[in-house]
Amino acid sequence: MANMDLFSDPVLTRESVEAVIDLAKRFKEEKGRIPVFMEVCGSHTMALAKTGIKARLKDYVQLIAGPGCPVCVTDQKSIDAMVQLSEEPNTILCTFGDMMRVPGSKSTLMKAKTEGKDIRVVYSPLDSVHIAEENPDKEVIFLGIGFETTIPILALTVREAARKDLNNYSIWMATKLVEPVLRALLSSEEVKLDGFLLPGHVSVVLGKQSYRYLADEYTISGVITGFEPVELLSGIYKLLVLQLEKRVKIINDYTYVVRDKGNVVAQTLLEEYLEAHDEVWRGMGTISNSGLVLKEQYAQFDAKKKFNILVGEPRVTKCRCGEIVRGLITPEECVLFNKSCTPTHPIGPCMVSTEGTCAAHFQFMREV
Amino acid sequence: MQRISLAHGEGGELTHQLIQDLFIQSFGHSEQTKLDSAILAIPSQTIAVTTDSYVIKPIFFPGGNIGKLAITGTVNDLAVSGAIPHVITAGFMIEEGFPIKSLKEIVHTMASEAERAGVNIVAGDTKVVEKGSVDGLFINTTGIGVIQEQHRLKPEMVQEGDSVIISGTIGDHGVAILSARQELGLLTDVRSDCASLNHLIHELLEEIEGIRIMRDPTRGGLATTLVELCEDCHFTMEIDEASIPVRRDVQGGCDILGYDPLYLANEGKVVIIVDSNDRQKALDILKNHELGKDAGVIGQITSCHVQSGKLLLKTAVGTTRRLNRLSGQLLPRIC
Repeated sequence: MANMDLFSDPVLTRESVEAVIDLAKRFKEEKGRIPVFMEVCGSHTMALAKTGIKARLKDYVQLIAGPGCPVCVTDQKSIDAMVQLSEEPNTILCTFGDMMRVPGSKSTLMKAKTEGKDIRVVYSPLDSVHIAEENPDKEVIFLGIGFETTIPILALTVREAARKDLNNYSIWMATKLVEPVLRALLSSEEVKLDGFLLPGHVSVVLGKQSYRYLADEYTISGVITGFEPVELLSGIYKLLVLQLEKRVKIINDYTYVVRDKGNVVAQTLLEEYLEAHDEVWRGMGTISNSGLVLKEQYAQFDAKKKFNILVGEPRVTKCRCGEIVRGLITPEECVLFNKSCTPTHPIGPCMVSTEGTCAAHFQFMREV
Repeated sequence: MQRISLAHGEGGELTHQLIQDLFIQSFGHSEQTKLDSAILAIPSQTIAVTTDSYVIKPIFFPGGNIGKLAITGTVNDLAVSGAIPHVITAGFMIEEGFPIKSLKEIVHTMASEAERAGVNIVAGDTKVVEKGSVDGLFINTTGIGVIQEQHRLKPEMVQEGDSVIISGTIGDHGVAILSARQELGLLTDVRSDCASLNHLIHELLEEIEGIRIMRDPTRGGLATTLVELCEDCHFTMEIDEASIPVRRDVQGGCDILGYDPLYLANEGKVVIIVDSNDRQKALDILKNHELGKDAGVIGQITSCHVQSGKLLLKTAVGTTRRLNRLSGQLLPRIC
């Protein structure tokens, strides 16, 4: 086991910053521009902002936040449907905390809760199965948002609910997958990248081998990275080394957590209960096979089949979350940022989620 | 199990019994109960008054219960204002069906904590409400403290270079409560830090002239408290991330759930702004005391008499960012 204290050691952090800056300067000398890397994961975005790394490196390395915040990439219509779901009679809606303040076109889950709707924040999706067990006369619905990190646990709740013979538990599936969105992003060629900081958590499930397509098909490097300052800097450092040595490679820099093959048990759960499905992404439209839904034999646990929720077209705002999740603009380029859109009065999901790019910039990167 | 019924709150025989057998026995103020008010002789011309309602869930948690908190919270509010806590009043709003055994335990805890802090509980009130009207038990306490002229705090004396000291690790209470709610999904040994700080603070005020102002960083955590201090007193403060004491298990729990210890509640900590010449002396006194053994200097005042005071955080990578007050409710994240 690695010594975790070392990864946030202030002296080592400062030395790592200097080492990264040295390499970044060499990159600029050779290429006449600064390197551009994308951190795919929302937790990376937060950590890079909170630790000050993003601000410290801004003249040397451009770090672009990618589509890795599960709440932020959720289509507005889908969010509206979830908020509307809370209106269903005789239901208990269970959700991760991130969703509570996400603005729907008309309301939020937080407002619905204040108005008396039974909405519960859970830490683990499995808690919602217990809630269903304790409330047999109520329909318990879990809002299934998340990437591969979270999805196996959703499958686990279905296994638990089936084992307990519960017929009052279901999931509103709105999951997203990393590979299809990275492929869509790279194929669109909207952003020019020199490499990816690959998500530590998702990689625990997927494993290093799942990223081969990046190097093989798109000739772009990626480093699987942890979340502490020294780990983040090490990831950036290794991307710079690959660039300077003109090599394309996927590196696992989080070996004490991530395996080559990933978590096979979790992968088996996914295969057993779920199947690929076209998902709509905020600002990106429908991406083929970019989400997972329950297989037909588990339809009784599928809230989308159980409840007939119809929503109209979403309210149009000037929110530019759609461009932010694609890495096209920074939050500061949105006219709403830090004016009419703040964490207290959010207009788009990127300002609310604990992994949102706008929230990261608002909390940690506003001008002193 | 015996439980509180609505009849306990109707003012009749059961109310009398509850007051006589539990409250008066525990709080020992039979003399004051002869009149409808407590009549007090206050040994000072200047007094401090504070009130707070305690609605914590769960009512019992590692390191304390709602009763202990109702005493320590009010005692600390007085103490950080430079007052010597003198008397406290306690109002109980009890939900019908609340176990009498639990009420007794809570009242006994209050009595012993009041004794430890050296305050008398001189007046009280009990109401019983229908099931569902309150969540178990709510307590309101009001405290009166006396201000000694030589201990009066001097926020107007704050100057550039003054030191900022915290008396110990932050976020312990917040994480202890989250664990006790079993919402963390993980077990921690973290106990609430709830404790009466008045003796420690009194010693500091006795020994050190250069104490400018103090606050207890409760709800909203250290960051919110300091932001308010900077705004109220029109100065800018810079704190150093690496020097803020945080227990490893508190940091670990926060990392997993997406919380920031800077915004988690503390119930036994004090932030002190002190003349930098007195910094070491203050630290020595704190570290010599059980409740201040993890104390540390976390920053300094960088400018005074500014229009809008700011709290700045110096990160390990050498950047500085502004800290703001907690916005909205703390919510756990997805992954």
